[in-house]
Amino acid sequence: MTETIGLWVAALFTIGIYSFLYKENPLYRLAEHLVVGVSTGYGITVTYTNVIQPRFVEPIANGEPGAWILVVPALLGLLYITRFFPNAAWLSRYPMAFLMGAGMGIGFPLSMKASVLRQLEASLIPLYETGMAWDVVIGNVVMVLGTLAALIYFFFSKPHKGPFFGTGSKIGIWVIMVGFGATFGFTVMGRISLLIGRIQFLLGDWLHIIK
Amino acid sequence: MLRKVPALLLALLLATGLAWAQGEDPPPAESAETGETAETAEEAALVGEVEAEITASTVSSTLGDGMVAPGNIVVADYPNDAGDGLLLYFDPGSEADNENFAGYAIYRRTLGEEELLLVGTIDADEGAEFVDGYDPDFIVEPGVQYEYQVAAMYLNGAEVPSDPVTAQEVASGQIYHAGKTRVLVGCVLFLGLILFYFHAAQRGVEMYLRPIAGIEAIDEAIGRATEMGKPILYVPGLSTISDVATIASITILGRVAKKVAEYGTPLLVPNRDPIVYTIAEETVKQAYMEAGRPDAFDKDSVFFLTQSQFAFVAGVNGIMMREKPATNFYLGMFWAESLILAETGSLSGAIQIAGTDAVTQLPFFITTCDYTLIGEELYAASAYLGREPKQLGSIKGQDACKGIIMAVITLGLLLALTDIIAGTETLDWLKSVVTMPIVD
Repeated sequence: MTETIGLWVAALFTIGIYSFLYKENPLYRLAEHLVVGVSTGYGITVTYTNVIQPRFVEPIANGEPGAWILVVPALLGLLYITRFFPNAAWLSRYPMAFLMGAGMGIGFPLSMKASVLRQLEASLIPLYETGMAWDVVIGNVVMVLGTLAALIYFFFSKPHKGPFFGTGSKIGIWVIMVGFGATFGFTVMGRISLLIGRIQFLLGDWLHIIK
Repeated sequence: MLRKVPALLLALLLATGLAWAQGEDPPPAESAETGETAETAEEAALVGEVEAEITASTVSSTLGDGMVAPGNIVVADYPNDAGDGLLLYFDPGSEADNENFAGYAIYRRTLGEEELLLVGTIDADEGAEFVDGYDPDFIVEPGVQYEYQVAAMYLNGAEVPSDPVTAQEVASGQIYHAGKTRVLVGCVLFLGLILFYFHAAQRGVEMYLRPIAGIEAIDEAIGRATEMGKPILYVPGLSTISDVATIASITILGRVAKKVAEYGTPLLVPNRDPIVYTIAEETVKQAYMEAGRPDAFDKDSVFFLTQSQFAFVAGVNGIMMREKPATNFYLGMFWAESLILAETGSLSGAIQIAGTDAVTQLPFFITTCDYTLIGEELYAASAYLGREPKQLGSIKGQDACKGIIMAVITLGLLLALTDIIAGTETLDWLKSVVTMPIVD
């Protein structure tokens, strides 16, 4: 019985959300507000169960060695609540400043490694080696020259004119768009499979029209 | 008869060899020396068989049927860590030749304790090296002396363990990660260039910025909303504040909010991340103050919606269709929701400007939005909008960094051609100098 109710609720809300394809309507609005509210409530519970309880409450309650240090970030986090009190609201800038600074400090070397050095390493490839198939050779040449052209496109302090910056940036934007086209097709295939999944749910699990 | 002696000797040798090859243990030397009866020897053999059966699923020190206990266990401090890892390697013996060999089990105990804990296993094809401390259930404490035992595991469930060995080293942390020296050099070089141009801009050096259509359209889009008397929707992405795209988006939000405050246009900023929400609210409030209109700031204009990805999209879509904003900004990090957002915005008739560094989402924004900031254009947007010398200098510095990257790739291209013509290996040399080894 419970399962049947769950099935009907899921099916009706799926239809409610898809009804947006026709136009914004009361059924969509109901589904929208419910999903927003339920997900927020669920999120609070998950945050407490998966983060606050195991990473703060339990270590403190169990008296784990060194757990006292957790009080510092907890107090820093609590400063966010001062936003509700206009006279003390300025205190909430401290956790924000800490997060912004830490975020950028941690992110910079990671970006340097993953987005610069690793990419650079991937671009330093042999164009041809004995026994290499011709299509691989062409692929390698296109990849190296395409990377250079795309980099030229992202030069902001030079006018995109002349044989180097002008032609290079034009080739670069073409390379970028070809890449986006491939990504578009690949991702749309994935989205279609999501749509098929919902249709299978409606026609199979719910209406039993298909097996 | 004498002619048959060599044949008999040969047969005897063959039988003995076969017995040895099958791993049959010779009679215990002790019983031979003490002259125990054959009956006692049979009993011992029976006990041995029973023991072997028991140890089929437990740790056993019995060696038989080609089973070899690992030896020469060496435990060293794992380099470049916070003191929470130990590197263990050992002599695998000849297990790899045994078709029943399944891998190794690594046992550990703190020195002085009795119970050995299984802290990890190594598959047969993974070599004879193990890093202890990765498993959060069996953390390695810095400065603690451990004992290790390595057991060879067999497909029949038997384990042949080594003797417990006291770790030669204890775990200790290092302040400097030697494997990331190249990352440090890269950071220093890039930061140095950015600071150089930063100061050059402060000294008044003129710097050119090429036009970017998407950024120039921002003012136009704000003006359109003002003329129509409709709100502007600004979505600062769905990621956290540690995402570079979110930081760039918040900076642009400040610029947009300042213009909005000057024009008196309503602004809607829905947020998915609670931290981003508070920062966005502060940014917008600050922008209204800078514009000299702190009283015009509506604190309900920046709001938290939900953390659930698609519930957030459903909420924003509803806002788009009900409030009918004249301009939609999607600037920041987006995932699968990008097309749903932008397509709904397109249906609502709004002018749309998007920007993200998510390569997989850019095609969707390009197809559905009027203007799209691609990757680094998003990072550069705040400098374009502000035109402050410091930010212009940082853009010039970033261009210089890109110039270095291009120079290295071009050098790589030339060396690759040299390798083809001359048969040398100069490209490998370049890779070793520039990028390798970077250890995680």
